[in-house]
Amino acid sequence: MGLSAFKRALWVFHVATGSCNGCDIEIVAALTPRYDVERFGIRLVGTPRHADVLLVTGPVTRMMAERLKRIYEQTPDPKAVVVVGGCGSTSGVFYESYNVVGPVDRIIPVDVYVPGCPPRPEAIIDGVVKAVAKLEKLGAKV
Amino acid sequence: MSGWAIFGQAVLAVVGGGIVGLVFRGLDRKIAARMQARIGPPLRQPFLDLGKLLVKETVIPKTAVAWVFSAMPFLAVLASFTALLYLPLGPFRPILEGYGDAIVVLYLLAVPALAMALGGFASGSPLGVVGAQRELVMLMSYEFPLAVVLVAVAWRLSAQGIAPAFSLGTIAQNPLWPWVGPLGVIGLVVLLVTMLVVTPAELAKIPFDIPEAETEIAGGLMVEYSGTYLALFYLADVVRTLVMAGLVVAIFIPYGIAGVLGLSGAAAAAVDFLFWLFKLFVVMVVAVTTVRVGMARLKVDQVARGFWLWGTAASLAGLLLLALDKVVMG
Repeated sequence: MGLSAFKRALWVFHVATGSCNGCDIEIVAALTPRYDVERFGIRLVGTPRHADVLLVTGPVTRMMAERLKRIYEQTPDPKAVVVVGGCGSTSGVFYESYNVVGPVDRIIPVDVYVPGCPPRPEAIIDGVVKAVAKLEKLGAKV
Repeated sequence: MSGWAIFGQAVLAVVGGGIVGLVFRGLDRKIAARMQARIGPPLRQPFLDLGKLLVKETVIPKTAVAWVFSAMPFLAVLASFTALLYLPLGPFRPILEGYGDAIVVLYLLAVPALAMALGGFASGSPLGVVGAQRELVMLMSYEFPLAVVLVAVAWRLSAQGIAPAFSLGTIAQNPLWPWVGPLGVIGLVVLLVTMLVVTPAELAKIPFDIPEAETEIAGGLMVEYSGTYLALFYLADVVRTLVMAGLVVAIFIPYGIAGVLGLSGAAAAAVDFLFWLFKLFVVMVVAVTTVRVGMARLKVDQVARGFWLWGTAASLAGLLLLALDKVVMG
């Protein structure tokens, strides 16, 4: 079961770390009937304890850094982190801003970057599916 | 029946119940998706979800009361599967018939809800506590109408001189429809509707998913559960859906079609069993899938008031109509 269990049953938790809501809306768009990620078994869950993948959006503000770390630690192994959007990947237009400590990979390990401002839902789905590769590798070890 | 025969049948029913329950959950999700003009997950999605949860790490939070937190998922699964063994399985009598009756099934249906609430209280998370409190409020509000429905049916059976009236096997063997007059039929329909409204509440599905409510309290009483424990709760939920549907079928539509088709022996049993599964499926689609696609979540006070006023009124009206019918028709 270990190898292929994650291929078609990914539960995703969405963490917004000071995003402008652009990427968040695109994530919601991926759930709509037009894109319907549930057909790949991808489900948005309400708590990190149920999650396999963390979808992180936003440049990580000073206040959110500690919370982001905690959410990462609360997620049961094996887990993967997907950064959605330019802000999360590089801090974007908030680069070196006084209240931003990001990008995300300075706070927690990141597996997949999905650039774009905001990225299209197709790109987000592609990013999440790429995270499967990592999860399967970890799942094999468990 | 010898102990070993019962044990063998129980193992068969538990394995089969788990598989059928998961398939039904897959159908439920697929049909819900089609209703929303989506393609929806494949039919085997619940199996995949379960398999994945078993691979995941199981976290027991530091702030949790560890033994309660870990015991509750097992309690929920055990109670759900045990309730299944008390149900008439289509043409077959309940496996544990004679070891308990419909009242035991009522208690066994309440146990998973209580287990989830205790697990929520023990999880050490404020969200879990809020969810657990909501679950208990819900439990207190829908249990009474449910109990009245059962009592009404059992009372009418015993008035007919049939015993033991509280045995689900007896209830399923003697449907009330042909005996009652017009008033009684109205009463039974009212009771059936009450039962169908209680079903999604019992299963905590939309519009009664208040204890979990992942958009407001982040999964509520499930908030700290992960991995194997979450998988166990998932399994309990799936089986409970079967049990609730089975209860509705046993009380109100226990008819088979083998007699109509002129079959007998093993063929009749097989056809009736498949027809029974179909009836469960219909009840699930009507009471759970359609409702959860068509409605939004209610507030907890609306649910409590709704069941205490309207649910109780409806079930008592049904009971009264059945009683009146008995008095008028003799």
